[in-house]
Amino acid sequence: MTGRARGVGGSAPRPDGPAKADGTFAYAGDLSIPGMLHARTLRSPHPRARIRRLDTAAARRIPGVAAVVTAVDVPGVATYGLIVADQPVFAATETRYAGEPVAVVAAVDAPTARRALAAVEVEYEPLPPVVDPEVAAGLGAPPLHPDGNVFREITLRHGDPDAAGPVVVEDSYLVGMQDQAFLAPEAALVVPAADGGVDLRLATQWLHSDREQIAACLGLPEELVRLELAGVGGAFGGREDVTLQVHGALLARATGTPVRIAYDRVESFLGHPHRHPARMWFRHTATAAGDLVSVHARIIMDGGAYASSSPAVIANAVTHAAGPYRVPNARLDGLVVRTNNPPCGAMRGFGVPQVTIGHEAQMDRLADRLGIGPVELRVRNALRPGDVLPTGQVLGPPLPAREAIEAVAARPLPAALTAASPVTARPGGRGAHADVARVRRGVGYALAYKNLLFSEGFDDSSTARARLELDAGGRPAATIHSACAEVGQGFVTVAGQIARTELGVDEVVLLPADTGVGSAGSTSASRQTWMSGGAVRGACVAVIDRLLARVARRLGLPPEVVEAPRRALVIAGGEIVGAETGTRLTLAEALAEGPVEAEHTFHHRRTTALDVAGQGDPHVAFAAAAHRAVVDVDLDLGLVHVVSMALAQDCGTVLNPLSLRGQVEGGTAQGLGLAVMEELVTVDGVVTNPTLHDYLLPTAADVPMLDFVALTYPQPDAPYGVKGVGETPTCTATAAVLAAVRAAVGRDLRRVPVRPVDLVDLAVPPLGGAPPGGSPTGE
Amino acid sequence: MSGDVPGRLSYHLSIDGTQRAVTGARLEESLLTVLRERLDVTSVKDACEQGRCGACSVLLDGRLVTACTILAADAADARVVTVAGLGPGGPAAAVRAAFVAHGAVQCGFCTPGLVVAVTDLLARRPGADEEEIRETLAGNICRCTGYGRILEAVRAVQAGRGGLAGRSGPARRGGRTGLGGAAGQDGEAGRGDQAGRGDSPGWA
Repeated sequence: MTGRARGVGGSAPRPDGPAKADGTFAYAGDLSIPGMLHARTLRSPHPRARIRRLDTAAARRIPGVAAVVTAVDVPGVATYGLIVADQPVFAATETRYAGEPVAVVAAVDAPTARRALAAVEVEYEPLPPVVDPEVAAGLGAPPLHPDGNVFREITLRHGDPDAAGPVVVEDSYLVGMQDQAFLAPEAALVVPAADGGVDLRLATQWLHSDREQIAACLGLPEELVRLELAGVGGAFGGREDVTLQVHGALLARATGTPVRIAYDRVESFLGHPHRHPARMWFRHTATAAGDLVSVHARIIMDGGAYASSSPAVIANAVTHAAGPYRVPNARLDGLVVRTNNPPCGAMRGFGVPQVTIGHEAQMDRLADRLGIGPVELRVRNALRPGDVLPTGQVLGPPLPAREAIEAVAARPLPAALTAASPVTARPGGRGAHADVARVRRGVGYALAYKNLLFSEGFDDSSTARARLELDAGGRPAATIHSACAEVGQGFVTVAGQIARTELGVDEVVLLPADTGVGSAGSTSASRQTWMSGGAVRGACVAVIDRLLARVARRLGLPPEVVEAPRRALVIAGGEIVGAETGTRLTLAEALAEGPVEAEHTFHHRRTTALDVAGQGDPHVAFAAAAHRAVVDVDLDLGLVHVVSMALAQDCGTVLNPLSLRGQVEGGTAQGLGLAVMEELVTVDGVVTNPTLHDYLLPTAADVPMLDFVALTYPQPDAPYGVKGVGETPTCTATAAVLAAVRAAVGRDLRRVPVRPVDLVDLAVPPLGGAPPGGSPTGE
Repeated sequence: MSGDVPGRLSYHLSIDGTQRAVTGARLEESLLTVLRERLDVTSVKDACEQGRCGACSVLLDGRLVTACTILAADAADARVVTVAGLGPGGPAAAVRAAFVAHGAVQCGFCTPGLVVAVTDLLARRPGADEEEIRETLAGNICRCTGYGRILEAVRAVQAGRGGLAGRSGPARRGGRTGLGGAAGQDGEAGRGDQAGRGDSPGWA
């Protein structure tokens, strides 16, 4: 591969690709140390119960058991949490969700640890679980936690909230609970250190946030808690929260022995927060010509037992609830509530996929009512830079929302299903039970925008170090150090591309991500290419500045040039060239007297929190996307086959076309999954399908090849003009598939995932419960 | 096979052509557990333990299976081939190179199993069309890629343009892999079959 393709803009291959393909790449669960102990977790079977008695004596007596740790063994703060520390390390006197950790065991092997779990005696007094978020938020509900049952309520008012146009559409929508279902279950290897600290090698999305929470719970200073990223088998938001980290560290310290702590698939489904289920009510009003006049929405999200990132998710849901449209008047209310359901938090899209399902269904209904096309209505109302958003924030450039919906609408449509089509192209596939005459095709569109980076005043900066030196062969080589968690998204690829481009070298080594360098922030919110890419770029630029200053000194140039050497020296073709003097020096010659190092911390522009009316400047930037989905539905069996997906996405400058393609295809597949198959089902607070047998994930037979159009308008304040690309396609894919299924069957479908029973049983029951806060038209 | 401790078994497994001794194993241990926990063969991944995701795909006497749904003791007389045993060159190398070059690897946790499954598929059905490839690979779940680049990698191997120029030779086409891929069998014994699902869980 040429040097050009290995720099910014080329499809450089993943540096970890060969090791991943031949099986030698070490994931967190692959790590081992001779003599290490194996840890397992005891979980509450009850969604809500008092713990009357907890006795670990019998478990401790089992030969091979090294330690049993419970709430009484937590030396530091008893709780942790991403935003609010409300989640107990172990349930102590009360359990709040089915699956909540009560104890952990370390033993010589995993079977012994499992037997010890069975020997822990816990006497529960089950209490009636509160599993309906509207009940939990109501006056008569018991407080489920000392902090109360409401994580956050937002009431956004924009323009004249009472203004209304003559054309009105109004309805309610439901979104089920989706799981990130990353493929590698949670795991960590924890080693007690001689200095009294603890070293963790683990899979996570945010090393420094983990460290802060672990150190607080252990009662240790942060510098004694050291984390190194092990191989991460996917994340999608599900590794942003602490799960087994504190437990493993407690066991390693209790035993003085290295501990491997790991979850199996069932525990993974129970152990990390999920995507929030949502109940949403919308009323859109428009002029007879089709211009939106107002949007009213009420959104209630079920946050489950603990806060996780719920307060930020509901802010995203509310501020994006009107979609990427010009809306002069809005009343957008959101509420996220504590229940005895599993905790919910971050998942790809972070509150936006839910509201996109609602606002896009509303746009289709409005188009129907107005008698104009769904694309035309979206084009007519699409936001443009300079427009004022419902928060009062002025939309900065670029936001090619209109271009996105027009681009997908222009893509060729797939051929019709006929009796001659291969059986695998029919709904139900190889089962071959679809009667082609009873299959209906539908086409659906969705347009959305998604905020990039953290919002509401949070300064999620990223720090990186760069070092340039001669390698053993005397060639210039770069080393990059960032704590950015590589979870599969490709930061390791892009970081190398940036370093090669900025430093003009081919050899780049990326050090393991660890807490030996400053925080890179979370691998979430579509932020790492922008933020940690910006940090790597800034560190590389500083390295070159220092190297040029050294050369300027060596050349005896005046002090003002040494201060700003780029005025006199340029790098061209791997050489340092004196612009006026004509001096030429190779990088190797300049590096002969020693390495050059620099550290850079990258910040995005400051944002502000929302005020009491939901007004402010909360989001750094946005990206737009549009999907067109084409589906075939078997009317007899209610099976859906997604025939084609077209996506046009606002990507900013593309640093790696191949990585981009992987992100948008993967994001589309996850949105497709939520539309027609993925739901973590709870009954009275208990998850009934926590396995890959029962929680259906899209397979190669379910996901069509993506027809993708990249819209590449550079983002002005981002390095190279990049935008984050991971989340936006997940926001639109679900809504587009839902619209296509609606079009195919001619039925009002208001919940995802769409189930076969929704498609074959004409007697669809009404949606459960009223919109949050009573009458939807009240106030 | 013998048992020195009551309820414990000792036996040998043939892993990638090497005889490996297993001692003191419990009867209920799956091939996956024995590979990972007793023999330190960590290229075989553990993701669902139900035969649903394909992350632990291996060849058992030339048939594609999920190691989590095979009792290790039942594999005592069989030849087990993992991704490492597919060899450093040949068709598997072309598959691996194509996966890297065509963006089929993201988090990579599904990749070793997919490399085994794809190598097996192309040995049995070198000219498989897209529909057959999709159906066959439906037992291997990838949560990252949406399968587009995986399909592209498979097609690239079929077209003899697997890896990048100079990184690997063109894939051999039409030949057998020499791994004993059982022509005429569906190669899915022991695998959860996820093909063609469009229904949803838990709605009885």
